[in-house]
Amino acid sequence: MARSLDIGGDFPLLARRINGQPLTYLDSAATTQKPQAVIDAIRDYYERYNANVHRAAHVLADEATAALEDARAKVAALIGAGEARQIIFTRGTTEGINLAAACLTDRFGPGDEVLITEMEHHSNIVPWQLLCQRSGAALMACRVTPTGEIDLEDFHAKLGRHTKLVAVGHVSNALGTLNPVADLIDAANRQGALTLIDGAQAVQHVDVDVARLGCDFYAFSAHKLFGPTGIGALYGRADLLESLPPYQGGGEMIEHVSIERTTYNKLPYKFEAGTPNIAGAIGFGAAVDYLGGLPREALRDREAALVSEAIRHLKQVPGVRMVGEPSERVSVVSFLIDTGHPHDFGTLLDQQGIAVRTGHHCAMPLMERLGIPGTIRASFALYNSATDVERLVAGVEKALEFL
Amino acid sequence: MDLDELREAFAFFDGWEDKYRFVIDLGKDLPQLDDAHKTAANLVRGCQSQVWLLTELRGGRMRFAIDSDAQIVRGLIAIILTVFQDRTPDEIRAFDIEGLFAELELIKHLTPTRGNGLRSMVARIHQEAKRGAA
Repeated sequence: MARSLDIGGDFPLLARRINGQPLTYLDSAATTQKPQAVIDAIRDYYERYNANVHRAAHVLADEATAALEDARAKVAALIGAGEARQIIFTRGTTEGINLAAACLTDRFGPGDEVLITEMEHHSNIVPWQLLCQRSGAALMACRVTPTGEIDLEDFHAKLGRHTKLVAVGHVSNALGTLNPVADLIDAANRQGALTLIDGAQAVQHVDVDVARLGCDFYAFSAHKLFGPTGIGALYGRADLLESLPPYQGGGEMIEHVSIERTTYNKLPYKFEAGTPNIAGAIGFGAAVDYLGGLPREALRDREAALVSEAIRHLKQVPGVRMVGEPSERVSVVSFLIDTGHPHDFGTLLDQQGIAVRTGHHCAMPLMERLGIPGTIRASFALYNSATDVERLVAGVEKALEFL
Repeated sequence: MDLDELREAFAFFDGWEDKYRFVIDLGKDLPQLDDAHKTAANLVRGCQSQVWLLTELRGGRMRFAIDSDAQIVRGLIAIILTVFQDRTPDEIRAFDIEGLFAELELIKHLTPTRGNGLRSMVARIHQEAKRGAA
């Protein structure tokens, strides 16, 4: 039998009441809630087979190792990575990008350029600034149009023979813009530039196939995908990963250590120093399983319809101004209300049990380009319903009585 | 308005709506800071809203001029000034501001997770009071 689209019941937290009201959770771009299946998987690991991985000669360690590697295979399959060893477990998207930037630094020098966009989350800006400071390379940022899309003309003008790497977000966390990453990767590949895609906001909402995209790196987090915090994945092209120096030194990443020299372990362990986040990885795998068991296409259609409904209703509220009107968007509705500060509206919505995010959303260069201090951001996930849209719109109307 | 009047007002509120209307009204009455004073040096950064703070010690008492870009934060500033304005540094240091916010059920605005700059502002006022007392 086909699964109902009513999946909210899978997420125990969504039953909570906040400030005496039912919860309408519209901050999934910050982090998603967790289904019971993920919570149970983590609990089961700690209750039944907690052990360190890859070394001990006992049953528990075998089971834990198998579960960790099983999770890696699931994550690889989710994004179309050819081999599980191309998936490096990280703390999240931010660490994935930092890992790539740190390990690539030696390949850059004066005259080289890294091309990003003004739309990037700080996590896809600052690691490249660090790379540039250490290597003497220059950071270039492609302009964003007033509707909140990448200015493609500017992108192609800035992409040149000096460009050694292009790093772009798949989906904007602040505006929800779905960027044409396949085209951008194509253009970068033709220039011989490496590519990294920040997929933090994308994987829950769109199908990702890294092999088809042809990117060199793809970074994302479990916690924006119904999984736990503190775990994420960096996909990398295998031969590129092989050729990079290690990220951090320690246990797990070595093959042999003497005081004079160390030989490194094979992929992916070369990049995973120290005991990994085993429970996190197992929860990540459970989240991928959960996602796999959902009628994803129907849920995504429903989510897109909810986003359109929210936009349509909010636009009719006097004083509301949408921020960013990209032609392709997922999950995120960003807006301003001319009678008050985003923070005021955020507080008044919170009082009504409606969780949104207000502020610059860790995208200060984008806010500067758009000439605004921040926005009110409602972000949807597959578990949201029409009731959430109704409560958001009614909540905004109610807040307007105050401001 | 003094502290007793503030407590009295809060005692009459039926729900969150009355309370936030009152806080917003307090914010409307708070004098605005000239743009000239909204400098980087006077800025107390918050992730979601910003606060500008000027302090002065005159005749043993502290004077504050504080502003924010958010209305509710301006109202909360007005509450803080009810107990801090024109007090001696020792009085300011001795006053339990978190206790007052807990009593008024506004404490969530002073917790470290709120990116509204209010907590940093109180910390900076305490710093200034400590310097003034020394």
